[in-house]
Amino acid sequence: MNRPLSVRRAGLAIVALVLSGMAAACSSSPGTPASGSSSGPGSTPAVTGTVTVFAASSLKETFTSIAKRFEAAHPGTTVVLSFAASSALATQITSGAPADVFASASAKDMATLTSAGAATAPTTFATNSLTVVVPSANPAQIASLADLARAGVKVAQCQPAVPCGVLAAKVLATAGLTVTPATLEPDVKSVLTKVRLGEVDAGLVYVTDAVAAAGSVTAVPMPAGVNATTAYPIAALSHAANPAGARAFVDAVVSAEGLAVLKAAGFGAP
Amino acid sequence: MARATARDRRRLPAALAVPAVAGAAFLVLPLIGLLARAPWTDLGSLLRSPVVADALRLSLFCATLATGLSALLGIPLAWVLARSTSRFVALLRALVTVPLVLPPVVGGVALLLTLGRTGVVGQYLDRWFGISLPFTTAGVVVAEAFVAMPFLVVTVEGAFRSADRGLEEAAATLGASRLFALRHVTLPLIVPSLLAGAVLSWARALGEFGATITFAGNFPGRTQTMPIAVYLAMESDPGAAIALALVLLVVSVAVLAALRDRWLPRGGAV
Repeated sequence: MNRPLSVRRAGLAIVALVLSGMAAACSSSPGTPASGSSSGPGSTPAVTGTVTVFAASSLKETFTSIAKRFEAAHPGTTVVLSFAASSALATQITSGAPADVFASASAKDMATLTSAGAATAPTTFATNSLTVVVPSANPAQIASLADLARAGVKVAQCQPAVPCGVLAAKVLATAGLTVTPATLEPDVKSVLTKVRLGEVDAGLVYVTDAVAAAGSVTAVPMPAGVNATTAYPIAALSHAANPAGARAFVDAVVSAEGLAVLKAAGFGAP
Repeated sequence: MARATARDRRRLPAALAVPAVAGAAFLVLPLIGLLARAPWTDLGSLLRSPVVADALRLSLFCATLATGLSALLGIPLAWVLARSTSRFVALLRALVTVPLVLPPVVGGVALLLTLGRTGVVGQYLDRWFGISLPFTTAGVVVAEAFVAMPFLVVTVEGAFRSADRGLEEAAATLGASRLFALRHVTLPLIVPSLLAGAVLSWARALGEFGATITFAGNFPGRTQTMPIAVYLAMESDPGAAIALALVLLVVSVAVLAALRDRWLPRGGAV
């Protein structure tokens, strides 16, 4: 009789554990402990509550910093950031993901949303271009973009559907190089990680990623005339649960302070 | 499950019937949703595209090799776990079943840090033998075997435990070595469990995503398995993603159906 009881008790304990875990996950998803105060259905014009921002992977450092400043400037707000490939985020938003703001690393992925009516009047707030990064030890002794086409050199780049992959294909075509990558990663930060770990000899990432990871990777200068740029548009989303917060966050990004953060990280002016 | 309720002639209490129906709907509805949104008219051309053919071929090939690897290493391991009297065996059992509950992407990170080119073990593989597993088809097999093997080990260990030890001992008294008794007495006894374990690991390997994309990356024809192709296609071409998902669904159902009679009676006890 003892055994089934203890089994049942263990079962209950597991259920309790799972439920409490779920509760914790749910309550922590809006961000910091002070969360929970979701904004009303757009009735109050004051900026409050949670602002959910979907942003391109390459904006990770800058948007994290801008979000912190935003929360300090608007007490009672919480910014929830979700970083992924712009194309992945655009698909999530058109499938109904609850976002207030979308910041894309390409005009194309923003156009997906504007043509679907999910966003209107995007503002371009930054530009970015590509660079080659190599592990600090530079095992394959990469000195130029052309070295990526050498046999036996392991290259990581973004998969062709995401903005950094589009840019990589464009740059390599302009340079007249045929590179067979070792891997096509789902977003630019995954490329950077593979370089940082030394698992590949070189990666094609944004200039800003090379700046952000300056201690662990080395940037190799691009030859003149082959680089391409991508523009970063941002927009408050039509179905934002927190429209006032969404507009305020967009304003914060395009403010002088926001643009200064982006410039310091190596982004180009719009 | 459906068969059991049909045979039950007593009336079903509502407290069970309602959640049971909800549970069944919860599991079946998404599959219906997938079928409902399938691009039936373009299906033929989508499935004939080289991306799909490559990914399917690679998935079947790697899942089968991973199952073979799991059997090769997992059956002896299961035997040791079942027969050893060492007090460390419980600890070993706990350790080798960790990948069963570990999030696959964590497994991928662990594999990369261990078997990667600069990993704890991988750096010697690279330096001494010139073997580098990440971003190769062999890396896909390794990642899949890592997450799939525990399913086989757990299933087969259970079978070894419940197999009649008397027969093994009888063989020993007749002069058979332990290895001979295992091959000619015990293994034939547990064939249904071996099959069950193999099917479980094959299915797990076929569906493997997180460890594979983290450890083996993504390149069409080399490391892009079906689940990775589905995930990436979802960003750019949802129609193709649905077509790929349908293929995976059909393959999974076909395997279940083919092995149902052998698998379900024993598998239910695992």
